[in-house]
Amino acid sequence: MMAITEPDASGLFGALPEADEAAIARLHARLVAAAAGAGILDVAYRTLDTPVGSLLLAATEQGLIRVAYPGQGHDTALAQLAEQVSPRILHAPGRLDPVARQLEEYFARSRTAFDLPVDLRLATGFRRRVLDHLPSIPYGSTESYGQVAAAAGSSRAVRAVGTACAANPVPIVVPCHRVIRSDGTYGGYAGGADAKQALLHLEAA
Amino acid sequence: MRPFEQIVAEYGPMVLRVCRAVLGPVDAEDAWSEAFLAALKAYPRLEEDANVEAWLVTIAHRKAIDVVRAAARRAVPAEALPERASGAGQPGDWDGDLWAALAALPRKQRMAVAYHYLAGLPYAEIATITGGTTDAARRAAADGIKNLRASYLADSEAEATASTSGAKEGAGR
Repeated sequence: MMAITEPDASGLFGALPEADEAAIARLHARLVAAAAGAGILDVAYRTLDTPVGSLLLAATEQGLIRVAYPGQGHDTALAQLAEQVSPRILHAPGRLDPVARQLEEYFARSRTAFDLPVDLRLATGFRRRVLDHLPSIPYGSTESYGQVAAAAGSSRAVRAVGTACAANPVPIVVPCHRVIRSDGTYGGYAGGADAKQALLHLEAA
Repeated sequence: MRPFEQIVAEYGPMVLRVCRAVLGPVDAEDAWSEAFLAALKAYPRLEEDANVEAWLVTIAHRKAIDVVRAAARRAVPAEALPERASGAGQPGDWDGDLWAALAALPRKQRMAVAYHYLAGLPYAEIATITGGTTDAARRAAADGIKNLRASYLADSEAEATASTSGAKEGAGR
């Protein structure tokens, strides 16, 4: 008699694909649309390739809440958003389209100011006052940490300005890169010293 | 708590296989969509140590039943919940023969098979989801697999034999 190996149960489902990428992509898009429609897409995100690296962009219904550099870790940034804002987070590029477009224009030097709703709920107190001041530093110019401290209402809090800039949840759009040391050296930056230099050179050109 | 995107990426394909096995290729995507929307809504309240597979399959199970009921209402308004799924042999993204065989199973067997063999849930968990005892869930899955072997595998073996002999007869054409 011919030996017939009895198939195990998993062999029964060979016709059912383990991963059907086309179907999952279709269903993901449908989920994003339904979630946004139901008002439960608390955080939408996408990535954007730029001259200073791949940026993570995340937005709530109120506005842009996070821009993260590669060195900060996109996964780390998303995990922080899940903890601090909401775990209802989906890859949903549509909500970030205006942000991506304005950043592309900025890097193409056709835009000198951002016109976007920004959600600064992650920054409170003095840090928030620092961030509120930064957009008033004009494109192409800089202020010292001391000047920013004074503008934020606490001229002795120079070190705290550095901390506030390092913790800026939306770098580039809220221009903490325009804050430098009083001796003219660049100082630290959330995206690394090279990124800060690249942005200041871009704006100086 | 992980971003929900990771939950979709990790478990979305498994839930789709389960929905397809329970509902067939056409209705599966409606159930998946309803299930993940409901899961997203409830996600912030999910306990950190929860079994995510079981949680998602429980939601998908409820949505699958909703979809079956809605389909039944659309087809024949006064008819009771059908024991066997509709839509056998409809064209879809995957093998219509497997779906035809699954669709021919009693609903309890089809669900037990899907939740155990595709979702990997233990029978105790399946019993919680579908109702009934752990032993009944185990029996339903075993009977389901036996029936599938008899119908689906027997069919495909017969087909293989037929096409082999057909090829022999057709040689020289």
